[in-house]
Amino acid sequence: MSEESIISLKNVNKWFGDFHVLQDVNLEVKKKERIVVCGPSGSGKSTMIRCINRLEEHQEGSIVVDGIELTGNLKNIDNVRKEVGMVFQQFNLFPHLSVKENITLAPIWVKKMPKAEAEELAMRQLEIVKIPEQANKYPGQLSGGQQQRVAIARSLAMNPNIMLFDEPTSALDPEMIKEVLDVMVDLANGGMTMIVVTHEMGFAKTVADRMVFMDEGKIVEEASPDKFFNNPESDRTKLFLSQILHQ
Amino acid sequence: MNEVRKPPVATTGIIGWLRLNLFFNWTNSLITLFVIYCLYQFIPWILDWTIFSADFKYNYLGEQIANQEMCSRNLDPENGGACWAVIYVRFYQFIYGFYPKVEVWRVNIAYAMLALALLPLLYAKLPYRKYFLYFTYIFPVIAYFLLNGGLGFTEVSTNKWGGLLVTLVLGCTGIALAFPIGIMLALGRRSKLPVISMMCTLFIEFIRGVPLITLLFFGMVMLPLFLPEGIDMDGLVRVLVAVTLFQSAYMAEVIRGGLQAIPPGQYEAAKSLGMSYWRMNLLIILPQAIRISIPPIVNTSIGLFKDTTLVIIVGILDLLGIGRGTLADTNWLGLSYEIYFFVSLVFFIFTFGMSRYSLYLEKKLKTGINMGAD
Repeated sequence: MSEESIISLKNVNKWFGDFHVLQDVNLEVKKKERIVVCGPSGSGKSTMIRCINRLEEHQEGSIVVDGIELTGNLKNIDNVRKEVGMVFQQFNLFPHLSVKENITLAPIWVKKMPKAEAEELAMRQLEIVKIPEQANKYPGQLSGGQQQRVAIARSLAMNPNIMLFDEPTSALDPEMIKEVLDVMVDLANGGMTMIVVTHEMGFAKTVADRMVFMDEGKIVEEASPDKFFNNPESDRTKLFLSQILHQ
Repeated sequence: MNEVRKPPVATTGIIGWLRLNLFFNWTNSLITLFVIYCLYQFIPWILDWTIFSADFKYNYLGEQIANQEMCSRNLDPENGGACWAVIYVRFYQFIYGFYPKVEVWRVNIAYAMLALALLPLLYAKLPYRKYFLYFTYIFPVIAYFLLNGGLGFTEVSTNKWGGLLVTLVLGCTGIALAFPIGIMLALGRRSKLPVISMMCTLFIEFIRGVPLITLLFFGMVMLPLFLPEGIDMDGLVRVLVAVTLFQSAYMAEVIRGGLQAIPPGQYEAAKSLGMSYWRMNLLIILPQAIRISIPPIVNTSIGLFKDTTLVIIVGILDLLGIGRGTLADTNWLGLSYEIYFFVSLVFFIFTFGMSRYSLYLEKKLKTGINMGAD
């Protein structure tokens, strides 16, 4: 593992039953690096980033996040999860809590932050995602784009070093995609280490330091966005790009 | 200018409601008229029997009723309805059982405290609700010493308890204890650890597969065999253990149903925020699962409240037991209508209250929440 790597995946293998979903995956992510992962559905890209905060267990190889190796050790898992924030395709807000409570819950109960301080923090995070006026509403009263921005604020409130995005705009109506991507661009410009699984190629071109293309459980190509979009090496990548860019 | 158009008169207001609901077409109208005729026959008769022609304390001759022969309807079958005097005379037993009269103030205080303990649960906007809730939590301990004795109170053995007192003690304790135990069992059954999951499943399936009566006999006869020698378990406590185990198995299955309705994304979001298993369940999963399960939770609770009448077969006299005891008394032979009517009414008041409470909770918890929506 190189000195400045904050995430390091080495020969990671995982199976769902007999299905070999991750095959010898190697990935090094440096601090403040922005990685965009793309690939056809079923290629294992979601599974890979879910392994990074142990929502999925890998069966072979090693995953080290911020110097902590992910094993069965529950304490290590807890520590990694405090470092790593995650945003999901389906938002996964807590429907029984207000927007503000969604954001303050983890700081209060996991970080033992006093309630007043947590509420202040929540309002700051809501300013960052540009919806402070929705603080007292419930998730069910918000649009998809607003919900996803609350989900981002909820993750940020734990002050993570790394953010994982698992297809954050795939469940959104087209006119709401931009408001979420804008927030993510701000975050990238602020120096957050990010791994984003997405098919938003415009976003990838703007913010990515490196593109990772996956197919059938393997990383097929890793390149700078410039090289990736203009001069990809593998035929599989070319085929994928031609399909996704001319839809 | 835009004129606001109102809906046609015939579809709104009382007339509209009547037309839409009672006289929509000729079959509908026929059924409505038939039901009105039945109510016209039934209501005056039941009112006459229960109130207008009934004896309360005195019969139609003006004598105070002391036994069934003095009831108006037994003196003169043409004259008189229900003879409520039996309830009046035996009221003490119905409410307190055979609790000593000198000590009965303790039961009265316990009843009043029960009402006070329920208040913060029933009324969420109560001022200083937090402090009332503290009282609710310590109420069972107070009630134990108050009713049973100790701490300076004279001991009143539980075989002197009876009537509504026993019904409420069994119902409230069973429901209140079964709730946390049921939650633990439901979580246990879904646990990833095979030993825990298997033990919980076995327990639930065994208790659910056995009739409550069998469990009551089991508690009465077999529980003492499992206890170390020299320790004698109170009869009511043995029954309470049986009732609580029975109810917690049902509660576990009801709550498990609610847990299954929670999308996996909720678990993942909680985990990704660094929450431990218990925090995740207490703060995220259970509040939603219990909310979904309110109707079946209340349903099984009402079921248990009524099933407590089965304790009569192990010799404990609850409300129904006292009623049957009264019927066996030669002084009050043949007054079964009055007694069963009264016992039913008391049960109905409690269960109907529980049912209304569940509706109120559902309404209150639904505000602003769009469960299951993306």
